[in-house]
Amino acid sequence: MNFGDSLDSGSTKGGDKDLQDFLMIEKQKAQFNAQIHEFNEFCWDKCVDKPGSKLDSKTETCLSNCVDRFIDVSLLITNRFAQLIQKSGGI
Amino acid sequence: MDDTLPTGLSGAQKDELMDQVKQQIAVANVQELLTKMTEKCFKKCINKPGTSLDSSEQKCIAMCMDRYMDAWNLVSETYRLRIQKERNKM
Repeated sequence: MNFGDSLDSGSTKGGDKDLQDFLMIEKQKAQFNAQIHEFNEFCWDKCVDKPGSKLDSKTETCLSNCVDRFIDVSLLITNRFAQLIQKSGGI
Repeated sequence: MDDTLPTGLSGAQKDELMDQVKQQIAVANVQELLTKMTEKCFKKCINKPGTSLDSSEQKCIAMCMDRYMDAWNLVSETYRLRIQKERNKM
């Protein structure tokens, strides 16, 4: 996060647009990848019992559901938390 | 040096920098995968560590590696589709 901020402040002094765009995209790609590593680690523990000669369809379904439900939970908690804060009039 | 940019880097220097950044990210990504795979497959395949890796353990590790990468690809695709879906909602 701070990395991005420092890049932004650099742009006001006439930074390099190409380089900035490039770094932003690479940063997003890296965040996407980091998230996949995290999901895969978590869902592997939940869904894979003994590794066989291929992923069976049950395991595949479990892995996909695991990712989607994890995101659902994350969204639900974020939204509910925002509501709670609104109701109590800020933190 | 008419292609000198505000950062003081020439076009060629910039390309080199971008390549280096890409490469370093790729290396970090592979390292992360190897670390996690080692941890997960050790857990799955080595129950009681003996004096050497026996052949059944080695087979299990090989299979586990392949499945871990299958899972990675599946998770990646699921996540990509979900992001696409959420974007379309907006």
